[in-house]
Amino acid sequence: MSASTPFALLANATSIPWAEVPAWPVAELVRATAEELNRGGRLCAWFGVPEGEATCLVAVLAFDADNTLAVGRSLPFTGNYPALTATHSQAHLFEREVWEQHGLTPEGHPWLKPVRRTNGDAPANGEFFRVDGREVHEVAVGPVHAGVIEPGHFRFQCAGEEVLHLEIALGYQHRGAETALAGGPHRATMSQMETVAGDTTVAHATAHATIMEALAGTEAPLRAQWLRAIALELERLANHTGDMGALAGDVAFLPTQSACGKLRGDYLNLTALLCGNRFGRGLVRPGGCRHDLEPARAVQMLERLAPALADTEQAVAWFWDAASVRARFENVGTVFAAQAAEIGLVGPAARACGLVRDVRYDHPAGWHRFAQAPVAVWPGGDVFARARVRSLEIQRSGDFLREQLATPPEGELHGELPPPSPDMLAVTLVEGWRGEVCHVALTDAAGRFRRYKLVDPSFHNWTGLALALRGTAISDFPICNKSFNLSYCGFDL
Amino acid sequence: MMLMLDLILRLVLWLLLAPLLPGVINRVKAWVAGRRGPPVLQLYYDLARLWQKGVVMSTLASPGFVAGPAVAWVALTGAALLMPLGPAGAAFSFRGDVLMLIYLLALARFCTAWAAMETGSAFEGMGAAREVSYAVLAEAAIITAVLSLSVQTGSVSLVSMLAPSAGAGAVLLAAGLFTVLLAENCRVPFDDPNTHLELTMIHEVMVLDHSGPPLAVILHGASMKLLLFAVLLVQAVLPMGDMSPLAATGALAGGVLAVMIGVGLIESLLARLAFRRVPLLLTTAFLLCLFALLVAWKGNRV
Repeated sequence: MSASTPFALLANATSIPWAEVPAWPVAELVRATAEELNRGGRLCAWFGVPEGEATCLVAVLAFDADNTLAVGRSLPFTGNYPALTATHSQAHLFEREVWEQHGLTPEGHPWLKPVRRTNGDAPANGEFFRVDGREVHEVAVGPVHAGVIEPGHFRFQCAGEEVLHLEIALGYQHRGAETALAGGPHRATMSQMETVAGDTTVAHATAHATIMEALAGTEAPLRAQWLRAIALELERLANHTGDMGALAGDVAFLPTQSACGKLRGDYLNLTALLCGNRFGRGLVRPGGCRHDLEPARAVQMLERLAPALADTEQAVAWFWDAASVRARFENVGTVFAAQAAEIGLVGPAARACGLVRDVRYDHPAGWHRFAQAPVAVWPGGDVFARARVRSLEIQRSGDFLREQLATPPEGELHGELPPPSPDMLAVTLVEGWRGEVCHVALTDAAGRFRRYKLVDPSFHNWTGLALALRGTAISDFPICNKSFNLSYCGFDL
Repeated sequence: MMLMLDLILRLVLWLLLAPLLPGVINRVKAWVAGRRGPPVLQLYYDLARLWQKGVVMSTLASPGFVAGPAVAWVALTGAALLMPLGPAGAAFSFRGDVLMLIYLLALARFCTAWAAMETGSAFEGMGAAREVSYAVLAEAAIITAVLSLSVQTGSVSLVSMLAPSAGAGAVLLAAGLFTVLLAENCRVPFDDPNTHLELTMIHEVMVLDHSGPPLAVILHGASMKLLLFAVLLVQAVLPMGDMSPLAATGALAGGVLAVMIGVGLIESLLARLAFRRVPLLLTTAFLLCLFALLVAWKGNRV
């Protein structure tokens, strides 16, 4: 199907000259994008590129079945354009973002309000959706929460204990990550990329490094790609294990909570063994990696990995064996597969709805071209399924690591990195532990960043949480929230 | 004079010993999880700390915000004085004092819910709604339990109801009262005393906006309520009337400790229930007490 598309095709982690990206009038871009989405494409990014006074819109699509990405753009324009959201709701946050950043109004957008713009000292949340009725009451949670978590505001419309509607307002951590990148790469860029979402350091750092390599028309040495893949799986293990513990904690199931809290630390320490930082900072750099895993430390890592994996297996088994835990998770916070596809869920949240959607498998780049872990999918779409996908991924990431650590590729750690080519567009997808991390970079005539678009998986998935809450008891919000465990700062940028 | 001394001794015993119980539960939970856990005396430290703090008041709240916890605490202390302590009997005892006990507990609950609603916060209203709806079922169970004790002994005074040896339905009664104890004291599987998640709380969310001395009073009252239920459970089940005073005192203390360890183990090994299943478990507790009542009623005639 993609053979007949008017969009320009490219593989993950490659670049294409800006001039070769087809440009249409904006109405035509919206129509063509809608058509591709109808045919099973997926919207990875939708953003504006300033061009003088005007702006051109860029669409990045993924054809998962064809292992291909596609890009198209509009001719520069100002003012209004027909909203893509009217027919395809996965575009709704992207169009709000474009409206906020470039002032292009999507006509027919059903819920046009700021995403993260500030009103001076707090995000301009705008009006919240309200349900009328004598029995209906409104519950506002946040932005300051009782736990040590990031700030975000949740507005529930409830009838008794049942949630009719949840609206999520974020933006409290907006730091201007994208604007800081314009004219880059700067000296601070790599550090900024590592902190787009601190718990997804390796995925974002890998995405950025790969962008730089794609723009330069080169690739990191195999050994560096291997190290990045290992760090990525360690990151996944640490976070998934932490999530399993947190889910257990939310239903007051102490055995798994206590064990997983400690085991998460073990995995973080393995990352520290690799690069000296528990979150993997300072490991991935454009052109390669900064730290090697010598045979002695590889052996040490394997030795420490085995008991951690065995303990995790045990802690997770307690969790699944307890009927009281299963009763809490089954049929709670369900997102149906059709909904998940419509709103463009990614990562474990999508796989828990039965969608086979994993960048490592659909769009392999780097080391994942040579070695893959099976995609973990579970039908159901409820909290149980999301926990189940996590526990499956823990097993598979563990197996992947054991396999890979035993057979390291030889070679350099760092290759030569030419400067970025001018007027190029590069796209990189990386499957972080939350899902698809998407970076898109466009260079100017001098080879500096003209536009750099970041899409954290949370940007796609927050809507999924809002949908999961419909018809669910408000007391089940914490387990639904934890089962998604989305990033606030990754969304806020 | 002796009467005064007796009263003061009892008060001191109830007021000073009660905050020990949550410490014991937390110790058991820490032990099962392999943690060191907070000190057994943690609640005493917390109470001392809270007592020295100031009070933050909502501008919307009426004096009921402070009066509620105070009245609730007095009601719970009164209920404690009605509760016999093994061979020592009760401070006050009269015909029908068991009804007084139940009403004092209800008064305490009413005052806590009232104080919670004073803030006008959506959270606290939600918590109060949950607390009173589940209380309806828990009260049915405890009244049935009291009725079965009353039928068994032919008395409506706590001292004589709890003194004789346990009846045939003791096991049923124990299971029923233990479940009620967990529900009334906001323990797992009904509530999670350790959670920070406002949306899932029942009791904790009602006291979310309280601070300083009123919060200390609430926490202390909650620990007294826990002790009260544990003492009731142990005396209703163990045949203490047949023991020597020393053995009965030991049995009472040991029984309360065993109940706390039981609570700690349940909290360590069980996840809490979804709210929609809470009525089911409370109804089960009611049925257990009902069967104890049937056994007490018909059992003696066989």
